[in-house]
Amino acid sequence: MNGERRPMIEIRELRKIYDLGAVKVEALAGVNVNILENDYVAIMGPSGSGKSTLMNLIGCLDTATSGEYFLAGERVAGLSDKQLAEIRNRRIGFVFQTFNLLPRASALQNVELPLVYAGESPSERRRRAREALEAVGLGDRMKHKPNEMSGGQRQRVAIARALVTNPAIILADEPTGNLDSKTGNEIMLLLETIYEKGNTIILVTHEEDIARHAHRIVRLRDGLIESDEVIHRAA
Amino acid sequence: MRFFIDVINGLRIAFGALRANKLRAGLTALGIVIGVMTVIMMVVIVLGLNKALRSQLDFLGAETVFVSRWDWMSNNWRDMIKRRDMRVDYIEALREESEYVEAISPFYDREMTVTYRGSSLSRVNVQGVSEEFFITNPKELAEGRIFTEQEVSRNAHVAVIGQDVARSLFPEESPIGKTIKLNGWDFEVIGMSTPFGKVFGQSWDNFAVVPYGAFQKRFSGRWADLTIVAKSVEGGHLDDMKWEVEGIMRRLRKLDPRQANDFGLNTQSAILEQFDQMTAAVYAGGIIIGFISLLVGGIGIMNIMLVSVTERTAEIGLRKALGAKNWNISWQFLVESAVICAIGGIFGVAMAAGLSKAINNFLPTYMPMWIVGVGVIFSGVVGIIFGLYPAMKAARLSPIEALRSD
Repeated sequence: MNGERRPMIEIRELRKIYDLGAVKVEALAGVNVNILENDYVAIMGPSGSGKSTLMNLIGCLDTATSGEYFLAGERVAGLSDKQLAEIRNRRIGFVFQTFNLLPRASALQNVELPLVYAGESPSERRRRAREALEAVGLGDRMKHKPNEMSGGQRQRVAIARALVTNPAIILADEPTGNLDSKTGNEIMLLLETIYEKGNTIILVTHEEDIARHAHRIVRLRDGLIESDEVIHRAA
Repeated sequence: MRFFIDVINGLRIAFGALRANKLRAGLTALGIVIGVMTVIMMVVIVLGLNKALRSQLDFLGAETVFVSRWDWMSNNWRDMIKRRDMRVDYIEALREESEYVEAISPFYDREMTVTYRGSSLSRVNVQGVSEEFFITNPKELAEGRIFTEQEVSRNAHVAVIGQDVARSLFPEESPIGKTIKLNGWDFEVIGMSTPFGKVFGQSWDNFAVVPYGAFQKRFSGRWADLTIVAKSVEGGHLDDMKWEVEGIMRRLRKLDPRQANDFGLNTQSAILEQFDQMTAAVYAGGIIIGFISLLVGGIGIMNIMLVSVTERTAEIGLRKALGAKNWNISWQFLVESAVICAIGGIFGVAMAAGLSKAINNFLPTYMPMWIVGVGVIFSGVVGIIFGLYPAMKAARLSPIEALRSD
């Protein structure tokens, strides 16, 4: 099934040690994991398991203490702040639990933001942001500000923002955590369609129900991978 | 192109943030407003005084020396009051012996009341001079003529009057040929000068010029204090003439070489030099005051920008997660701080312009256009300087920490 798919993420012996002065905390103790193109992976684990640390490293928000990380064939470990910013901009689409939209900006402006930092021209930004909003079913809400939208709509805006740069991976951190279960399901369905279009999705969650939407669940405990299972869903 | 887009984006983000926080931005900018206004008012007043003084001193003439008992630049009244009077016969000696004197005239003046029929004007500056005074200190006449050598030598009772005198005594008719009374003595008006205008709120058209002989005869008492006005020949010979006149005057006053001059050789340039020294001090003071107020304003900016950075930590984290580089973040905050200050600068300039207009009646002010640009740009620079630290602090935030603060 995945014979010809390229690895989107290759992680080798990834370690992260937080130096808290008196103590050193090993948040990741040598993680090895491959995530393929058009994979849909849920990363699970209790708090303190290293789940957030792994997500930050995959999202290039932080750098590892040691180990290797290749994102779409690019070696990420040991890059500078500036290079990491570029990778976040081009390669990763973030979806956060709290949506993290700019409150004073319209949906369209929020979705344009990554393109602003990519240096796209205003007309190109507008065009692509429109497309992304239409893709998440918000073609009629472009001028609305976040406080004029429901939680589900806000998360859709955030998803459109994640998609707008055509990233290698979508990194969703508890995307339904602030939504009721009905809206949460709608968002998960949206992620599913995005997956079906060929995107690679990494879902970080502690909810078993949500993780079940993914096709593979990686469980962490004490900074190590405890299990890695492929889910066969009843379609 | 890329840079241009970045600049526009930075401006847009900054304006958005300012719009969201209008009151705070306004209060923050107030420090800059006051600072810029203070600096500009200092400059505007100094420039205005300078300009007024120059235009006023213009009538003294750039090539004219005023020989008098009094040194205009000295305040050593106790010594000067003991000096001997100037004498009219010095004038003949100076005229004979000097090569560089083109024209020379005595000058007496005294304030008195001028009347014509029922109306009168008090505190008119009546000046007693010879016809050469119209060469040393040319007057433009609106009507009539100046007096002649013959009129001077026969002490004729004729007068050339200023605009104020003409307007208040002859509101509806020509003053030429009319007889006015100066302290009760009849004088025929033969000429009327064009207006000079006001300096320091005081009119310079409130005068009457008469032959000095008539002045001596009718008005000299112990008040009369002679000044000799001499103009140098064409071609920048003021200093030559001054030097020459000094030598002749020392001989006429019988001073031996060890004695200091017991007379003053006053020139417009000497007054201007002294004034420039004084205004340089005022300028320096103004610049120091301005810097202090801009420093205070700048500290206010820095303070509010630091608050703003803290408040918007989550926003910074988000922007970084979406690909903002450190310089994107610092640029955003720098622009915001520069814009607050530049807007403050604009208001400061506008207020200074209004204030300058308002006080212009009693304190001459002069506001050149360049000061508008300097004021606004300078306050923008203050914004950049004081925004630097908050902007760097914002840029250095780690995206994880920043996102977590939400």
